[in-house]
Amino acid sequence: MTELIIPAIISCIIAFFTVYFITPPLIKFLQKRNLAVKDMNKKDHVMVVRPGGPSIIAGIIASEIVLYYFFQLNEILAIMITSFIAFVIGYVDDRKVMSGWFKPVALVIAATPIILLGTYDSNLSFPLFGTVQIPALYLGLIIFMIPITGNTINSIDVLNGVASGFMMIASFSLSIALFILQNYEMAIISLPLGFVSLAFYKYHKIPSKIFPGDSGALTLGAMYGAIAIVGHVEIIAAVALLPAIINSFLFLSSMKRIVEHRQIKGKPVEHTEDFRLKATSDKTAPITLVRLILAVGPLSEKQVGYAIFKLAIFSGILAIITAFMMRIQI
Amino acid sequence: MKIGLFGFLFVMWALIIAGGGILVTILGPFSISGYGDLDLLLTSILKAIIAIILVVIWVLVLSKLKNWIFKKEIKS
Repeated sequence: MTELIIPAIISCIIAFFTVYFITPPLIKFLQKRNLAVKDMNKKDHVMVVRPGGPSIIAGIIASEIVLYYFFQLNEILAIMITSFIAFVIGYVDDRKVMSGWFKPVALVIAATPIILLGTYDSNLSFPLFGTVQIPALYLGLIIFMIPITGNTINSIDVLNGVASGFMMIASFSLSIALFILQNYEMAIISLPLGFVSLAFYKYHKIPSKIFPGDSGALTLGAMYGAIAIVGHVEIIAAVALLPAIINSFLFLSSMKRIVEHRQIKGKPVEHTEDFRLKATSDKTAPITLVRLILAVGPLSEKQVGYAIFKLAIFSGILAIITAFMMRIQI
Repeated sequence: MKIGLFGFLFVMWALIIAGGGILVTILGPFSISGYGDLDLLLTSILKAIIAIILVVIWVLVLSKLKNWIFKKEIKS
């Protein structure tokens, strides 16, 4: 066990402090180059720099290299390469506005290292009922999973601190689940994602000093998806991600197509006079998680963020219960 | 927010568990034989079709449930 504790501690420290120390100079660099966007939910004209993806990927790569030094597992390489490809795809989208289909289609490429390195098991495990072997179907699942998790996290990145805070809760829940399932090596490999998110949250929380951008959100989501596949915890990972999945589900079921948010004319949310958020009655606007949270009345940006975190904690608890249920067979 | 979204999350979770049960008990032992080398391919295709149908049913149930829960919540 000692041989696992040391790499775990070192990689978590490196993951956290890489992002913690790289983000401030990155903010200054982005400010100098005027790479900033208006924070739409602030009363005053507040500009926030983006993307924070470079510091997120630096934290992930640095900590996973350390883990690779200790464990030399192909699973670590698959997670690193998948996350890096997702970062590059997101960075391209950050610099040049691409169509709504670009990210989901391009993220299929990010899934290929998992297949090429053979770091998956085609047995899909379910709680209480055991496993089902679906070799052909599972390849399709891998190809779909990375674009889904990447875009799901990207679609929830709508308010200050939400994407990083949500990912912190979901990934720590997934790590706890992996410990419960006694998959200790994968649990340790998954921990840097939580620590990277935690360190980035310090700068992303309300009032944001930096936004993760597509490069940051896709990197976090793709790494989460890769851990789910490589760690054979696909169902548990889906449960921990449920609030973000609901957001994507509501969006797609109301818009009936994949569309980039910049192309939507109807506004799901507007501001009150005191600049609190309020759901609109615009029928052309998509239904989103934030709009549903606001259905009961106007709330501040901070209150909506905390409401999303409460939902994330609730699904995290369901994910941990699911992990315990994995050990029971009817 | 009341319990609407928490209830919706809980139902989604229950449907995942139930869907897993259907997948393992019905789809797991299912296999086609008598077509030689094509047996594995045909079995995989059929399993994929049934799984996709299950996902479509899952989405439809959630869609109905979403309308029911949130209309009720907005009215109250």
